[in-house]
Amino acid sequence: MENLNNIISLAELPVQKSGKVINILCGGNKRRRFLDLGITQNTIIKNERVSPSGNPIAYNIRGTIIALRTSEAEKILINIL
Amino acid sequence: MGLTHESSGLALVKDEYILEKEMDNTVIALAGNPNTGKSTLFNYLTGLKQHTGNWPGKTVANAKGTFNYEDESFLLVDLPGTYSIFANSQEEEIARNFICFGEPEITVVVVDSTSLERNLNLVLQIMEITDNVVVSLNLIDEAKRKGIKIDVKKLENELGIPIVPTIARDGIGVEKILNTIYNISNSNYKINPNKVKYSPEIENTITKIENILSIYLDRSHNLRWIALRLIDSDKSIKNELENFLIENRFTSEPLEEIENIIKENENIGDEIVTTIYETAEQIADEVVSIEDNRKIDWDKKLDDILTNKITGYPIMLMLLGVIFWITIVGSNYPSNLLAKVLFSFESKLSYLFLKLNPPDWLYGILILGVYRTLAWVISVMLPPMAIFFPLFTLLEDLGYLPRVAFNLDNSFRKAGTHGKQALTMSMGFGCNAAGIMACRIIDSPRERLIAIITNNFVPCNGRFPIIIAMSTIFIGGLVNEKHSSIIAAISVVFVVLIGIFVTLIVSRFLSKTFLKGVPSSFTLELPPYRKPQIGKILIRSLIDRTLFVLSRAIMVAIPAGAITWIFANITINGASILNISANFLDPFAKLLGLDGYILMAFILGLPANEIVLPILTMSYMSKGAMLEFESIETLKNLLLNNGWTFITGLNFMLFSLLHFPCGTTLLTIKKETGGRKWPIFTFFLTTIVAILVTLVVNIIGKLIYNLI
Repeated sequence: MENLNNIISLAELPVQKSGKVINILCGGNKRRRFLDLGITQNTIIKNERVSPSGNPIAYNIRGTIIALRTSEAEKILINIL
Repeated sequence: MGLTHESSGLALVKDEYILEKEMDNTVIALAGNPNTGKSTLFNYLTGLKQHTGNWPGKTVANAKGTFNYEDESFLLVDLPGTYSIFANSQEEEIARNFICFGEPEITVVVVDSTSLERNLNLVLQIMEITDNVVVSLNLIDEAKRKGIKIDVKKLENELGIPIVPTIARDGIGVEKILNTIYNISNSNYKINPNKVKYSPEIENTITKIENILSIYLDRSHNLRWIALRLIDSDKSIKNELENFLIENRFTSEPLEEIENIIKENENIGDEIVTTIYETAEQIADEVVSIEDNRKIDWDKKLDDILTNKITGYPIMLMLLGVIFWITIVGSNYPSNLLAKVLFSFESKLSYLFLKLNPPDWLYGILILGVYRTLAWVISVMLPPMAIFFPLFTLLEDLGYLPRVAFNLDNSFRKAGTHGKQALTMSMGFGCNAAGIMACRIIDSPRERLIAIITNNFVPCNGRFPIIIAMSTIFIGGLVNEKHSSIIAAISVVFVVLIGIFVTLIVSRFLSKTFLKGVPSSFTLELPPYRKPQIGKILIRSLIDRTLFVLSRAIMVAIPAGAITWIFANITINGASILNISANFLDPFAKLLGLDGYILMAFILGLPANEIVLPILTMSYMSKGAMLEFESIETLKNLLLNNGWTFITGLNFMLFSLLHFPCGTTLLTIKKETGGRKWPIFTFFLTTIVAILVTLVVNIIGKLIYNLI
């Protein structure tokens, strides 16, 4: 069972911590885009580094470093590991 | 008539892919994720100088080239780098449509060995469309350095397609790729790809749709692929199918039937994407073993410094400053030397030419007009470009530009624009027309327009000489000679910062007014740093950029030199046309802290910014102040003799930075936006900004001057 206390949005994931994708909270093209980046259920994503101004944040998604704006990362629910 | 590749594809891809397909050309498509070395392999095979750079989304249109191997000739088409070919961005659609409808005989997928899992996703997707897939397992040297081992035989078995390890940069493995392509093309090699297996529910749905399709379409079509696209609600495929049914007098009943099947299982689209990624993950897990025994992860260390809260911005400015400083210091001597040579040649040329007893006007136009302008353009422009471009390309090759975009994105977000605008701006440093073409990497039309309109606020190489010369004369000149080049470099950085600042303000203004909207989603890849290929950078930046830009400047300088001379020498009531026009503009120009000749030079310089300074000096010279250009000192004296002050120099720089784009750029905007509206809009917007800024600077400057 997933521990509900550990569920946060990707935007809240602290630097150098990892989380497992639970759900994507948007539909249409945006959802599509996330899926195509490899953000699918159970994918493990790590917060690699934060930009100097705190937004965007660079994540390690399936071996590639990809920066997402906070407003985007908020749409992804993860279970912090 | 069936739903042929032609009928289903040409409508979509007519403009993009009218390949000059010769009868005996075998078409090969080159696909791959961004930053995998696709363009490098393309260049290696075709010998074309396709611009490569270490940032995603560079290949926005297709490059094509031909090559021969054994007795066969091939046409190679470089597709945009994408993570997926299922989604709806422009790049992905181009790639998908070409593989689907461009009928490549073989598709070579370039794969980054250091992140196999992500790259396999694309391979598996492409395998859904076509059987003839060859994988170029690229960057194996980098993988090795990172302790990543890939079992190539096992991978080949898993996928059922040929896998060739390559280091495209050094040409390693390319021969084997060619050999494989040749063998497939000559049916010596039969490929049996292991396609992705979906869950029974999905497979069931696919089969149901396939069965319906098979009533209307013959089996030569990839029914499975069409079914998958329909499940993925690909509108273009649906429309094609609809048209086909109508044309053949069928009812649209089957479409409704298919739609009902899809509706039964809402998440099927998601599941398909997920299944492909999971399959990629599984295969990668099986064939990759990692034994990372490096003590230091240099990528991480570099990023720690380059995107650091404290050091990130200062380093960015310093790097830019150092590049400008090297450019200023390094171009000083060759510039003077070139000028000396070219102008001493002028006297010889004059001597020879005058022996022919030409009429005065011809001598004036050809020697004093055309030759002198040319000599100016070459001696002032060539050295800084030959230094600046390789240095900038070095940063690009290293992979620094995406970090700049990463660092600056917050400002762009606040301005309501796309984060990749920082990348298109960087391209503008070379040439604004190139920067505007690069805006195709931005999907959202609104944000793309903003990036296009504001690209001109980044000084292109045509304007750098002005900014460098003015910084050297009027700002570097303020301090003693020892420090002047450093101060000049800082001043150039400052001007670039003003350009970025104006870009952000104008972008925000556009976001709130003419182009209202919220920022669209965007993702920015931070690719691994790559060791720049110094030799190639030199050749590429010299040939591609420097000589290209210089030759364009020369082409424009020839007529401009002639026209300026004519304007300066045809007199009406004792005053030359140039003087009359300049005097007419003078009162307005004075408000901006400039003079009539400067404004005239900008207007005559519309075809290319490179010739603004030469036209200006020629206008001044025609008044009899100076004859030859010997050094920056001569230029300084010429300007001072014509009443220039610090404010004139400053405003000349600012006006040059902000004023209307050159003719080529305007034409590019027209082409990219598909109409006259936006180039005209850009022309007026930038000109108004330039006038406002110089006006305010002039007023403030005069006030300060009066106070002192």
